[in-house]
Amino acid sequence: MKQTISVLVENQAGVLNRITGLFSRRAFNIESLAVGVTDDPDFSRITIIVDSGNSVVEQVEKQLNKLIEVIKVRTIPEDKMIGRELVLVKVNATTKTRQDIMTICEIMGAKVSDISPTSMTLELSDTPERVDTFESMLRPFSILEVVRTGVIALQKGGGKI
Amino acid sequence: MTGAQALIKSLQMEQVTHIFGYAGATICPIVDALKDVDGIGYTLVRNEQNAGHMASGYARTSGKAGVCMVTSGPGATNLITGIATAHLDSIPIVAITGQVSSQQLGRDIFQEVDITGAVAPFSKHSYLVKNPNDIPRIIKEAFHIASTGRPGLVLIDVPIDVQNQDLQDFQYPEQVSIRGYKPSVKGNELQIKRVVDTIARSKQPIICAGGGVWLANARDELVELAERCSIPVVKTMMGLSVLPTDHPLNMGMIGAHGNHCANKALAKSDLLIMVGTRAADRAIVQPDEIERRMATIHIDVDPAEIGKNMQAAVPLVGDVKVILRQILDRGVPVTDSAAWLARLQDYRKAELARVFPRREGYVFPGTVLRCLGSKLQEDAVVCVDVGQNQIFTCKYLPQKHGRLLTSGGLGTMGYALPAGIGVKVAQRDRQTVVVCGDGSFQMAMNELAAVRAENIDLKIVLFENNVLGLVHQIQKTPPYHGPFGVDLDGSPDFAQIAAAYGIPSIFLDDEDRMDRALDQFLSTKGSCLLICKVHPDVGTND
Repeated sequence: MKQTISVLVENQAGVLNRITGLFSRRAFNIESLAVGVTDDPDFSRITIIVDSGNSVVEQVEKQLNKLIEVIKVRTIPEDKMIGRELVLVKVNATTKTRQDIMTICEIMGAKVSDISPTSMTLELSDTPERVDTFESMLRPFSILEVVRTGVIALQKGGGKI
Repeated sequence: MTGAQALIKSLQMEQVTHIFGYAGATICPIVDALKDVDGIGYTLVRNEQNAGHMASGYARTSGKAGVCMVTSGPGATNLITGIATAHLDSIPIVAITGQVSSQQLGRDIFQEVDITGAVAPFSKHSYLVKNPNDIPRIIKEAFHIASTGRPGLVLIDVPIDVQNQDLQDFQYPEQVSIRGYKPSVKGNELQIKRVVDTIARSKQPIICAGGGVWLANARDELVELAERCSIPVVKTMMGLSVLPTDHPLNMGMIGAHGNHCANKALAKSDLLIMVGTRAADRAIVQPDEIERRMATIHIDVDPAEIGKNMQAAVPLVGDVKVILRQILDRGVPVTDSAAWLARLQDYRKAELARVFPRREGYVFPGTVLRCLGSKLQEDAVVCVDVGQNQIFTCKYLPQKHGRLLTSGGLGTMGYALPAGIGVKVAQRDRQTVVVCGDGSFQMAMNELAAVRAENIDLKIVLFENNVLGLVHQIQKTPPYHGPFGVDLDGSPDFAQIAAAYGIPSIFLDDEDRMDRALDQFLSTKGSCLLICKVHPDVGTND
């Protein structure tokens, strides 16, 4: 089962290394990991998606908590989560196919970030499932390159981690 | 004041009295700053690994964090085994390493390694110092982190330019404030109540004491709980010596290499109270079985140990000493365990009366250790190495009120001799015995130089069977096809080795002479080596 762990850490060199090292050493698999500084530049927030059972996730949380630079760890339940992923897709596009691609973009709410005589680069921020759908809809046009940020997540409502 | 001077001054503020180290180019400024300082002793080891082990022996008996200090590159990598050994046994140590100049970091220059990166998997925390003004805070934090919560090793890597730069001004912080580090101390009151209720309901309870009891300095509380409730006690290898052997509640060591009595007690109990133990594989061989068959209480300072190897019914996180006191204060009842205890004591008596095999021209380790233990002082420290010597000592050496120190988690051969030196440096007047095999002794015998240089009175028992006994034993059982690569051919005459360091030795191959030989050994002024001839076919189950 995919689970989302949000980790608040000190914004210092080497922290990410410690966290990823911990995952590999304890044989926990990372599905995706996204990191960025918070509103307070002293802290970064890392969103980690793991595909594991509850007992493994509990152990992941505990081991993360042992790291000195980790301030808080929280697993965000699916129904309480706003999770978003940004994707950039570069797809083959000619004058013939351009309009069809535009239709998909309109339906999915994606933007065109770049265009050339033979290609288009599209941008979508949405849930991972809708990003998957977007990608699969573009596949028939021949995708040249894809980059996804991995999920970032916050919990719904006024509470904070 | 330079970074190097600030570091030494900070160590003084932490009441550090001794450093085990090995100098090299990148640590020279700190070594230089140490030269004119009173009150901090320094032992030059003969291999950096042993600086870690000495700091471990020092920490485990002094109750303070041990300090070791080596140079960059090979100095730091040699120390790694010492670091991992301490980490697996949760020993509080602050390790200081020199590093190449910070502008040159990452260029693979002479004697540069990424040591903070290398030790990340087996250290509690590490620092790479970038600014000399951070040194007082970092030292303060390092000692705090190393010695609180679940103790561990903290490494501080100091580039040589940072050692040489001047501080704006030296101010040693009074307190630490680390946002992400707040270890639990008190146990949850609701859980304490559940523990007390669970104990009250049990008929065949057992306490399993681990190394955490020693680390929390909770021996008295543990014994009080056991005695007040009449609960028999078994120990893991790290928990050994919390109770004297002749204590009526002491049932020995559990585990794959443990005492029969202890394992029987564990198998038949209806409540297992684990105190300061991680239920590691060598101690709790079948955690699933235990979970299924009995109620379990797990008390530990590290929440990550709860449910890692075993899922306890009643978990309790906090300082072991504080929690045991909370349980005692709640008025824990005497359990109805008389019948259970009587049965266990019968097993125990049978095991203690066990007759060991005899062979002409050799001595049996169990026989020697039984006799040795009876002759030791009340608070003697025994440091034991890894291999058959470890199993024999942990199983059969009679305990009084001293300590038994060994590398339980990592199983590092060559631990005992340097650890013994560390003990002696911390407590010069405390009787200290080192027990080794001829394999493990040869991994650390270069430290006889430190024994000599420090003028230490260390009694070393060497079981010589000319083979790596425990591996030999494993190779003799399927699926292996017999011993290979374990003969210690080419080993030196150990008496001559000792003599070369000015240490006398006694040779023992006859059990009829054992009593006198041991008296002579223990009463020798200064260090002494007792070489015990053991037959290569002797096994730990004999």
